[in-house]
Formats: sequence, C-alpha cells, structure tokens
Amino acid sequence: MRNKYSIFSLFKNALSYHENWQRAWKDPVPKKEYDAVIIGGGGHGLATAYYLAKKHNMQNIAVLEKGWIGGGNTGRNTTIIRSNYLWDASAGLYDHALKIWEGLSQELNYNVMFSQRGVMNLAHNLQDVRDLKRRTHANRLNGIDAVYLNTEEVKKFCPIINTSQDIRYPVLGGTLQRRAGTARHDAVAWGYARGADEMGVDIIQNCEVKGIKRSGDTVEGIETTKGFIKTKKIGVVAAGHSSVVANMAGLKLPLESKPLQALVSEPVKPIIDTVVMSNAVHAYVSQSDKGELVIGAGTDDYISYSQKGSHQIVEGTLNAILELYPIFSRMRMLRQWGGIVDICPDASPILSKTSIKGLYFNCGWGTGGFKATPGSGDLFAHTIANDEPHKLNAAFNLNRFVSGDLVDEHGAAAVAH
Amino acid sequence: MFLINCPYCGERDQQEFKAGGEAHIERPKQPTELSDDEWAEYLFMRKNIKGVQFERWNHAHGCRKWFNMARDTSNDEIKAIYKMGEKPPTQ
Repeated sequence: MRNKYSIFSLFKNALSYHENWQRAWKDPVPKKEYDAVIIGGGGHGLATAYYLAKKHNMQNIAVLEKGWIGGGNTGRNTTIIRSNYLWDASAGLYDHALKIWEGLSQELNYNVMFSQRGVMNLAHNLQDVRDLKRRTHANRLNGIDAVYLNTEEVKKFCPIINTSQDIRYPVLGGTLQRRAGTARHDAVAWGYARGADEMGVDIIQNCEVKGIKRSGDTVEGIETTKGFIKTKKIGVVAAGHSSVVANMAGLKLPLESKPLQALVSEPVKPIIDTVVMSNAVHAYVSQSDKGELVIGAGTDDYISYSQKGSHQIVEGTLNAILELYPIFSRMRMLRQWGGIVDICPDASPILSKTSIKGLYFNCGWGTGGFKATPGSGDLFAHTIANDEPHKLNAAFNLNRFVSGDLVDEHGAAAVAH
Repeated sequence: MFLINCPYCGERDQQEFKAGGEAHIERPKQPTELSDDEWAEYLFMRKNIKGVQFERWNHAHGCRKWFNMARDTSNDEIKAIYKMGEKPPTQ
C-alpha cells in the first residue's frame, strides 16, 4: 500500500531529511503477456493506463516508454488548459477534460498545481472580433464559461498589455474563460504514473517499440528492446511519432509531424497572473510559479522529427510579444526548445479504433494536447476496454477522413497554430 | 533552419521557401470513379516518414518555382534536390 502524501507525511519525512520517501513507482521487468499495452509514457498514455485500471478493472497492463516517463512532449508543452472550442464535439471533449482537472490533485493525491487563472484570447482585427464573439456564444450554448471583453476590459484584466490604438495590430477585444488556466506538466505524468503503478500497472521505461506483430487483421504482440510482449490490445499514444508506430503495423495515418517551439525567460517577480493568447499575431504568454515567462511559438511548415525549429518562428513570436508587452523588452530568454507535434488535417485529435483488431490510436493532438490529458486518458481507456468509443470521442474517429465528417478547428480553436 | 539549394536560384535561406508536403502523390486520373476510401487516401493519408522523405518545396520569396527534395526528416539533412517531373533519386 502506498503512503499518502499529506502535511503529516511531509513533516514526518522532514525529520529524516527527506531521505526515506517511498518510491513513487516501481521499475518492473516486462512480463511475457499483458491484457493491454499502452505505447507511450507521456501524460495521455499514463492517464489511459490509470483509467483502464481504475474504471475498467484492467490491472494486467503495461505502459512502454522509450525514454523516461513525462520526458517527451509532456515536459515540452506550455501547460495551458482551456476548453473554449467552437464545435460541439470539441467542446464536449475538452470540457470533459477540464472537469476532471478540477478535481485531479485530490483524486491522484498528487499536487498537479492546477491553477484556474483564466485564459484570455485577444482579437486584433474585425474578423477576429466576429470569430471570438461567435465562439463565446457557441461556448455558452455548450455550458462552457466564456465572456467577451472590450479593449478597456482587456486592459483591466491584464494591465501590462499595450492597448494603445497606434500599434500595428491593436487590441480590439478578447474572450475570457475564467475556469481555464495552467498546471504543472511533469506532475501530471508523475501523479498518473504513481496512481497507475499503485493499481498494478507496469510502467516500463527505456523500452522502445521496434515492431507490431499481427496475424491477419488482429494484433498479437509488440517487439521491444526488452523482448517480445504478447498482448491482444495495443493503445498507441506516441504523439509526434504516431506515424512511425502506425507504419510498424502497416497503417497510414492522416498526420504530419512538425516542430513546435517554446521558450522561457529568466525568473522574475509576478507580473502576469493569467494566460494571454493571441492568434492573429501568434504570441501567447503566461508566468510559471517559478517566475519564468512561458512563451509559445508556432510550428514550422515542413515535416521534421529533428526537435529543432526555425529561428524566424521564434523571432516572429517575440516581435509580437514585445509589441503587446513593451514591459518585457529587457527580459532575457533562458531556454528555448522544440518538440514534434502530430497535426491532423482538421486540427482535431484522433481517439479511435483502427482497421486492425486490437489496435487503437490516440494521436493528432497537434499543438494543443496537454489540456486534454485527463479526458483523453479517460475516453481512450473507455475505447480500449469496450472496443467502442465513448460518445464524447465518437466524432474523433479515423473514419471521419473517409466520410468527410471532419471537426474543423483550424481557425476556430483560437489556438495559436 | 537550414540552407536550400534552389535549382533555379542557388543556395538560399530556408525561410524564403514554403514546404509543400509529401511529393509524388498523383492526382487520381478518373476522380469520378474513386471510392471514399481512395479519396481519403489521396487527400489525407500521409507517409509522414522519419528518415529520408521525398517532398515538394516552393521558392515562395524567390523565383516562386516548385521543385522536389529528398530530405532526412530525423536531422533535416538535405540529400538531393531535383526538378518537378523528374524521378526521385534511388540512392
């Protein structure tokens, strides 16, 4: 039985200089066979395993991770959480996740530092204003909190924004989702790993998948760097490398993997207590609890797995940041990095069965998957356990690219693509 | 960021170019006879290769001409550049 984290356990462990904390998860040798195997030990994969064990009573499962858990895009994103999507299907999906976020720290007994500091999306031209107003209405019809702010209200909510009308892209207004915010991304992976491990899930790190064995249209197991693992159900949650894993099974996906960059500044005292995103000028910023400004840039337009993006992408983002926040002009950037994101033609994810029995894909989250982590895990676990999608992820099937029933969130999502 | 040797203009900075995605996807010759699956394959399904991939590029801020490239997507190293209509290199 795992020790509960509490003020008392903190005090007790302080007495022994924090040298006797229990291991948060084990380091098991893979068994020969599992009821289900999840490929990818990021937030989404670990959450999937956690809900498979917790809600669907599947404890004989494993998560395979080629590096270390949470060391992929889980640790590279800019930690923004919101659910103000335009279309009903997306609103259902992302708000399901947001509702789980609201109780996640308690559920996992792990502080994921979920902070509902609000997310504001800015409008810089008349089309933005129309789009954001439309989205506000659509959100409210779906029961998602959203308000439209005029320029003065934007300034009041975040005083450091330059709202003067003589800048190149003046702020004409914005939307605000107060329930939105940020969370600590590593803690999400660690919390789910600890929870899943406690229920008997094997979390196998440094174990790369080399091949998927199938007999006809049914999966039989996985070739890994730690040997062959037999299983009837495989859930692939490999983010930017989804196509690579799909290729092992002889499948083609409607994905393109591209570099997405982000950067953080040196830590400073609290200066921005919310998240501000701006699609038109492509800049978004928040401040971490450490005090660093967390800035997200855009994707490059070419396919790459190199985890390096182009300099001009970062330059464009910083130009926009400086025009909107002149107060940041002397900040120094501390770190910059790139991650590989798998983008669908309609900028919506895939949580789906495939033409191969026992093979499931959770991918295509593109530039904005972190926010959906708990909901994605929950719904994907449902899909794997029942071999049928939940009604909230039914629209996000692979077949939509054949039927044409796309969930087109490209321009509508207010996300910086 | 890398340099691209445009077959018409010579070596230029990558930011002058626009990536056009996977190359050699042929438009169906008889679109009216295509099934939904075949349309999906043509429109949406992509190889998205980690390794050497054939792709189209456009010198958008230069000569505006299209050409093909063989590039290793795992490290962005360009292996070959060849003109539209030419066959991809075998090596």
